[in-house]
Amino acid sequence: MTSGTPAGVTQGAAEGGFGPNEPVVVNLGPQHPSTHGVFRLKATLDGERVVDADMIIGYLHRSMEKLAEERTFTQNIPFTDRIDYLAAMSNNLAYCLAVEKLCGIEAPPRAQAIRILFAELQRLASHAMANGTFANDCGAWQTPLFHMFRERERILDMFEMTCGARLTTNYMRIGGVAFDLPPELLPALRSFLDDLPGKIEEYRDLLLGNEILLARSRDVGVIDAEGAVNASLAGPVLRATGVPWDLRKADPYCGYEAFDFDIPVGRNGDCYDRFLVRMEEVRQSVHILEQLIDNIPGGAWLAELPLHLRPPEGEAYARVESPRGELGFYVVSDGGPTPYRFHCRAPSLINLTALREMTIGGTLADAIVTLGSIDIVVGEIDR
Amino acid sequence: MTTILDAAALADRLGAACPGAVAAVAPGELRLRREQLIDAVRFLRDDPEADLVFLSGLTAVDRETHFDVVMHLQSLDHNHLLTVKVEADHDDPVVPSLTALYRGAHLQEREVFDLMGIRFEGHPDLRRMFLWDGFPGYPLRKDFLGMPGQLKAGLPGFPHESGDNAWPVPGTGPRPGAAPAPGGAPIVPGGSP
Repeated sequence: MTSGTPAGVTQGAAEGGFGPNEPVVVNLGPQHPSTHGVFRLKATLDGERVVDADMIIGYLHRSMEKLAEERTFTQNIPFTDRIDYLAAMSNNLAYCLAVEKLCGIEAPPRAQAIRILFAELQRLASHAMANGTFANDCGAWQTPLFHMFRERERILDMFEMTCGARLTTNYMRIGGVAFDLPPELLPALRSFLDDLPGKIEEYRDLLLGNEILLARSRDVGVIDAEGAVNASLAGPVLRATGVPWDLRKADPYCGYEAFDFDIPVGRNGDCYDRFLVRMEEVRQSVHILEQLIDNIPGGAWLAELPLHLRPPEGEAYARVESPRGELGFYVVSDGGPTPYRFHCRAPSLINLTALREMTIGGTLADAIVTLGSIDIVVGEIDR
Repeated sequence: MTTILDAAALADRLGAACPGAVAAVAPGELRLRREQLIDAVRFLRDDPEADLVFLSGLTAVDRETHFDVVMHLQSLDHNHLLTVKVEADHDDPVVPSLTALYRGAHLQEREVFDLMGIRFEGHPDLRRMFLWDGFPGYPLRKDFLGMPGQLKAGLPGFPHESGDNAWPVPGTGPRPGAAPAPGGAPIVPGGSP
């Protein structure tokens, strides 16, 4: 056994005439279909069991926090799209809320309703992706993913008809949103909301009782509530442990307090519960959109702001519940045209804090399912 | 609705439990001394009234004379938020690590170490995270790229603005961020034309 062997590795098998059972280091990634991006998991294996897991990240580091110090507050909005490219609207929103908090301005009521509309549509699109790729990781090769992409496609079409972009939307503005809703959006949303509950039932029938999915994800990657809170986990990963912490209820923004919806929580904190929580959140988002669609107030969609925005000296920390958890922006201004400091509290990165303890002791195949259930976006990890 | 914690009342109780731990108090914000940081944060976490069990965020700001390490602590039961700051020297930035209290600090402290160069004493695995070992310097520091003191990062003003705040045409004027010409209008905080 070499001196670099981690503790707990059994030697074994020597009596059988084979050599000592050396641990094997397996690199998952950076280019690997199960890592959902350029993310590298260095797993040390004893047989099929993971005895140590180390993640190597930074392949997608674009130094956004440094770049943002050289650009005006408004010019930084497109950067936030690229932080979490699967939830660009949520990132736009969190950053705009932080700057609005810094300046002490509030978006008009119509803008707030439009923001909720797109934040919830973004949650549907992101959870469709998360659940589809999770089923992929569990062995349901591509079929559920493409079923869910069918629904995601309609959401991206709605983004496109509103702001011209599908992925990196750059739609929210400081003090509101960039454009008013086009006339064709609400009919498209109506028909989408009419279809979606049936589709969700279809997914539940196909996936929730599926024996392979249950065998692959139940009691895999378990973390308890206390450990999850201590590790600063957020979003569906935290709620799957039974902690009902959702910033839309706990710290409402844009008028979420006026909507009736539930916070789905899990019981065991395993991969299956995370999947269930996301499935149920899709239904809750549909419920929010049903309440919103006929009650969008009229009026302006962008507050009147000086073209040359110089927020007063100070700092602000604003958070939203993004599909992946608590997404916060910490913005410091020294009174100049650019932020003095721009920091993103990235839920994808912080949710990985518990990856090591979730994977150690399980098999390598479980580690892939666990990573899929955390739902990382590498652009947000590396920034 | 998340409330902002009454920092002055909390500072009194914290001062009784850990004398000398509080350096300054602002609304919703405590500035702690780094010698007593661990004891003070342990009090904030375990005290039933404060109950700040969730480390929402940890980051740092380069203030050029010193670094501010900024933490946002959240109570899930009482639903209130507190900002905690601690200073680090600019020449030898060392701050005690919070990983023993909050495991959620693990990756966030590694990130601050990687990009800002602040060492967290007691961190179990402090190494570069986004950048590679041997990368020269710490990019989020204001003096990265060797800019002299008066050449501040950032833009001096907006394009098409008049006066000394104007965006200089490349090759014709002083470099962005150069000290304003004598008698020129300074950049007024919060002011906009």
